[in-house]
Amino acid sequence: MSLDKDTVKNIAYLARIRVEDDKLEPLAGELSAIMGWIEQLQELNTDGVEPMASPGALTLPQRADVVTDGNCRDGVLRNAPDAEDGFFAVPKVVE
Amino acid sequence: MTDDLTPLTISDARDGLEKGDYSATELAQTYIQAMEAGRELNAFITETADIALERAVESDARRAKGCVAGPMDGIPIAIKDLFCTEDVLTTAGSHILDGFVPAYESTVTANLKNAGAVMLGKTNLDEFAMGSANITSYYGPVKNPWVADTGPDAGKDLVPGGSSGGSAAAVSGGLAMAATGTDTGGSIRQPASFCGITGLKPTYGRCSRWGTIAFASSLDQAGPMTKSVRDAAIMLGAMAGHDPKDSTSAPQAVPDFEAALTGDIHGLKVGIPKEYRVDGMDPEIQALWDRGIEWLKVSGAEIVEVSLPHTKYALAAYYIVAPAEASANLARYDGVRYGLRVPGDSLDDMYMNTRGEGFGEEVQRRILVGTYALSSGYYDAYYIKAQKVRTLIASDFAKAFESVDVILTPTAPTPAFALGEQQDDPVAMYLNDVFTVPTSLAGLPGISVPAGLSKDGLPLGLQLIGRAFDEETLLRVADVMEISAGFTFHHGAED
Repeated sequence: MSLDKDTVKNIAYLARIRVEDDKLEPLAGELSAIMGWIEQLQELNTDGVEPMASPGALTLPQRADVVTDGNCRDGVLRNAPDAEDGFFAVPKVVE
Repeated sequence: MTDDLTPLTISDARDGLEKGDYSATELAQTYIQAMEAGRELNAFITETADIALERAVESDARRAKGCVAGPMDGIPIAIKDLFCTEDVLTTAGSHILDGFVPAYESTVTANLKNAGAVMLGKTNLDEFAMGSANITSYYGPVKNPWVADTGPDAGKDLVPGGSSGGSAAAVSGGLAMAATGTDTGGSIRQPASFCGITGLKPTYGRCSRWGTIAFASSLDQAGPMTKSVRDAAIMLGAMAGHDPKDSTSAPQAVPDFEAALTGDIHGLKVGIPKEYRVDGMDPEIQALWDRGIEWLKVSGAEIVEVSLPHTKYALAAYYIVAPAEASANLARYDGVRYGLRVPGDSLDDMYMNTRGEGFGEEVQRRILVGTYALSSGYYDAYYIKAQKVRTLIASDFAKAFESVDVILTPTAPTPAFALGEQQDDPVAMYLNDVFTVPTSLAGLPGISVPAGLSKDGLPLGLQLIGRAFDEETLLRVADVMEISAGFTFHHGAED
């Protein structure tokens, strides 16, 4: 499996990670090596095998639909890089 | 006050505190001094001496009133900096969590606190627990307290293993009596092996993941890193327990793990998986494994060869499953709610700049692999395929455990290596976890016990794997193996 520069650029965009143009080529090489090594999985026949998502219980527990937490706005906001009037603040998204 | 308190184990200190040989405050002071004197190991990201003293004083007050909280009361421990601690900086070893001070306490550290444990500080780790040498931390590499006497790495700085490298170095170097670790593919067991200590990864679901910074949610599990198997049993008892705040936490009673250490393994069946005798295995590791087999046989266990036929595919499956889950879990670091923000012209630009600067190379690589494996057109070929292989690996173990009680393997393919080695090839680094990853995929408990020294004087561990939620049998066999090994601490050339 070989990943080219454009593929890496696209994945990096999907993951919202800035990768400078001069880093794309070496990164494509590294990721191709990793994916090439992972390719060995294809030699195993897994027809009819159920995928395993977790070793835990298959059914998740349920609880009453009640508020169990809250009233901690200031504690939550104190770590925000930017907060105003009790809200998280971000760069302008609507022109 | 004397430095003689640092070699104590938890069980020693429990008895000493009980007898009044020293106070929790004296223990804390001793360890604070040791922590400060051992700064060149870079084992701690944050030291919390004030909290330690405060909790030690409270512990002594409880003891004076006759209401000791349990065997961990007054025990000075270090906390891997992946556990959120209320009002104490929590970094995950990453630049992207700059300045993050949680407003809440993880369940595991809250359990330890309620049990009276005294927190000395937060230990260094590979960034987001991704690594096997503790070299990916934003806060710099950790040094292994052990030094090779001979060989190509003689006298060089060695890695402590990873990702719980700071915890392992702190316990091994006498900077903490014990420490918490987390293990996703070997991150407790491999550094325990590299640093000559005991490291236990419990069954998936035994310890709550609530408040522990997530790497791969179907694999992550917290566990104790200690100087002895007995200490691991005591500390696990304080960490474990059902937690409704983690939907994958198992509603299982917490047994008295220490009571399981009976010293008697007569008639127990120990499986030796033939597929772990990999080509090119270091003859020293092979010899150590053979010694371990002999010890258990002499102690009355029956040795049975077992087959885990899909072992060779475990690492490749892991390196899809773990990065896929990581890419989803790490999506939350966006420069909005906590940590680093690098400004940009638009919201998207700000996200990309923040994550480009905030994540280190290995974390970026894994997020990209995970994003790729989950992306349209590749989801079935990689992610679903890896999950199917995971089923086969879990079935291998289920079948083996029909005929054996525990499985014995080496913990790691090599002893600790020098800082700077194995750094250019990600796949070579991943091979460190070849013996530990299958257990993680199956969600089973595994423990690394220091079992001997390499020819160059470095510690080597053996791994025991148990049935799900049967840490008791696992600890019982580990205790017998520890006694047979007669491993003693000495850090080689430094001593």
